Amino acid sequence: MSKKVPREQYEKTLTWRLKSWFAGEKDLLLDEVEMKPQKEFKEDAAAARKRKEDHERVRSLIYDRDRNVGIRFFERAYQVMSVLFCLFLVGTLLLAVSFLPSFGNPENPVNNEVAERYIEDGLQETGAVNIVTGMILDYRAFDTLGESHVLFIATCTVLILLRIDKKKKTGQEYPEESDNIYEPKDDLILQTVTRILFPTIVIFGIYVILGGHLGPGGGFSGGAIIGAGLILYLNAFGFEKTEKFFTAKTYKCLSVCALGCYALCKSYSFYTGANHIESIIPLGTPGAILSSGLILILNICVGIVVAGTMYTFFVMFRKGGY
Amino acid sequence: MAFVQNFPFMSIILSLFSGPLSTVMDRKKAKIINTAVLLILTAMSAAVLVYVMGTGESYVYTMGHFPAPWGNEIRVGVLEAAMALFFCVIMLLCMLGGVLERELELEESKENLYYVMVNLLLCSLLALIYTNDLFTAYVFVEINTISACGLIMIKQNGRTIEAATRYMIMSLLGSGLLLLGICFLYDLTGHLLMSNIQQQVRILQETGAYHVPLLVSLGLMSIGLAIKSALFPFHTWLPDAYGYSTVSSAAILSSLVSKGYIFLLVKIFFRVIGFDIVKNSKVVNVLFVFGIAGMIMGSVSAIRENNIRRMIAYSSVAQIGYIYMGFGLGTTDSVVASIYHIVSHAATKSLLFVAASGITDASGDSTSFFDLTGAGYRNKLAGAAFTVGSLSMVGIPMFSGFISKLLFAQSALESVNKMLPTLIALAISTILNAVYFLKTVIRIYAPDRKLASEKHFRTITMADQPQKAAALILFIILNLALGLSSQPVIRLIRSGLSMFS
Repeated sequence: MSKKVPREQYEKTLTWRLKSWFAGEKDLLLDEVEMKPQKEFKEDAAAARKRKEDHERVRSLIYDRDRNVGIRFFERAYQVMSVLFCLFLVGTLLLAVSFLPSFGNPENPVNNEVAERYIEDGLQETGAVNIVTGMILDYRAFDTLGESHVLFIATCTVLILLRIDKKKKTGQEYPEESDNIYEPKDDLILQTVTRILFPTIVIFGIYVILGGHLGPGGGFSGGAIIGAGLILYLNAFGFEKTEKFFTAKTYKCLSVCALGCYALCKSYSFYTGANHIESIIPLGTPGAILSSGLILILNICVGIVVAGTMYTFFVMFRKGGY
Repeated sequence: MAFVQNFPFMSIILSLFSGPLSTVMDRKKAKIINTAVLLILTAMSAAVLVYVMGTGESYVYTMGHFPAPWGNEIRVGVLEAAMALFFCVIMLLCMLGGVLERELELEESKENLYYVMVNLLLCSLLALIYTNDLFTAYVFVEINTISACGLIMIKQNGRTIEAATRYMIMSLLGSGLLLLGICFLYDLTGHLLMSNIQQQVRILQETGAYHVPLLVSLGLMSIGLAIKSALFPFHTWLPDAYGYSTVSSAAILSSLVSKGYIFLLVKIFFRVIGFDIVKNSKVVNVLFVFGIAGMIMGSVSAIRENNIRRMIAYSSVAQIGYIYMGFGLGTTDSVVASIYHIVSHAATKSLLFVAASGITDASGDSTSFFDLTGAGYRNKLAGAAFTVGSLSMVGIPMFSGFISKLLFAQSALESVNKMLPTLIALAISTILNAVYFLKTVIRIYAPDRKLASEKHFRTITMADQPQKAAALILFIILNLALGLSSQPVIRLIRSGLSMFS
């Protein structure tokens, strides 16, 4: 038994529209897509002329090559010197490289006991099938701890540079603020594709993060994938949608939790390691998802930080705050 | 293992974690966290110093369950502990001295990010001091660079943005060269741990293999760190960066950031390559020539400068020149003199920046010399502090600058070829120092009451700016202590250096 629906509701369904489109009655996309071309930023004509004149006057005074002979000389010397310097550096480096041990030779100094232990005992000692992950998150976890803070502090510096203070409005309208008026909204093609792709990308990112100790992947690559997914979602649906679940506050809380968790976990293993206390964290069976001690948790932490960093970078350069 | 031995690791982790924590706090709480962390770290470093001096030998601390060439480790000796303590103290005083300026000059919602930068900067400095692994050092050099950039541009005007851009470009070039050097060294030795590299380098030196890449690697690392610490021909980023950023940033950058890189270079010379090999290479001669050029050219630029903050900044170029000249002399004594100068310059330069801000506060926030006339009467404490700093920089006995110049001159006598240029450069540089510093001191004490009443300059007493007054007094005490009781400090540096190799 099929359900009877009124005519208006029926005309809204996808089947009817598809049918009528095939019949050539109605354009499926009509009244749906809104593609507004970006308005040009128009400066007040008088202000623009004045700015241009000032600029030209200052330029002509500064770069008056007839009066400032020094500048002419400096410009020429600068070009010559920079080329010479680059050639010198390139030459020195090439010369030095030609004296280095030949590539791929088993007798090379880099093939020593350090690499040997990583390869031969890495699986038993860290429990990670992926030796690279075992190396960066267990043997040399202190370096990776520093590296994830590099990402975090880079975000903070971009925040300092680009974030617009909401309280401090001086009446002058920032072009960045009115920017989201110009963005093409409700782009159906983009939105439809994003609806399909976004969950796939995020799930793939989560898979890459969680499988970091079992195969190729890990926090850095998985986080980058999730960050790219978030950026795609933002471009399709605009800030109104994304701000419902991801704001500056969310980012800060997430990264503090992730970095704090990383620091805490590693502090435990640093402390026990240095004081020769047996660690209570089991390594598990290699190959299982819950194995290799702390590596899984650390990968998740790094993934959160990387995804947040990528998304925040994009938002800051796009709009200057969220 | 004694519990004190955990303190270096704990201080690194504590300052590392307090950075992210400050982002979710408001400015007041972030400030309290920052001060608390600095105080705790000072206490911890002092305890570590006492412990290491008691045992008389250095120890390594494994970061994790895997021993050294496989895992990470940090190494703590007398010199490392002393430097950590000193850096914490200077950082605390710089932050104390710049409280008022930070409230005025920084955007309110961004002030907590300032504390993020400071906490992570301190963490990276501590890690650079303690690390025993070249790659760990590189990771923390990155944190150091980015946070220094943030410190410069957080006071947002066109000047600081430009200065930060310039700093970024030069500093990244330096990082790149350092990384190249580390890569070369890794390819030759197969190790990243400092002591293992040194073993391998000794073997290579005996067999005579890979002579050219070794030299290039040493050169790349030295020049990379020289660019980052503003040695003379690479100093162009410095005056704007120190001259226009907020006071505590300028003080921290001049006294700590560049010194952290120099300390890393000392570690590379002594613990990675071996100082006798460095001594016999040509690299020290290059550093010697650049150092001497910097001593003179930095002072000449400072004399021509009309802005008091930029003048102090150019003076830094000259002082960095002194330090590199000490490396260039290539004796253990001269390196001791250089390290003493790192300490003395850090204490004096941060004093000068804070005092200069006190002087300019009393002159309607103008930094040009014309307005500073008589400022020493309007803000008595800042005037006195500036005088102390100037006298120390010039090298008057009783102050720390004198001791370092004396040490440089003494160590120059040991080297036959470099004795004469060193002594001449020391003499010329001292006279030039006296010209611009005493010029400023005379100007701030020249009576000019008429002008003061015309321009409505305000008189500042100690009660108006209690934090800055406290910082200045502590700085003066620190300077006098370094100048009057230099022998224990020198002995400490000497014993620390002997633990290095």
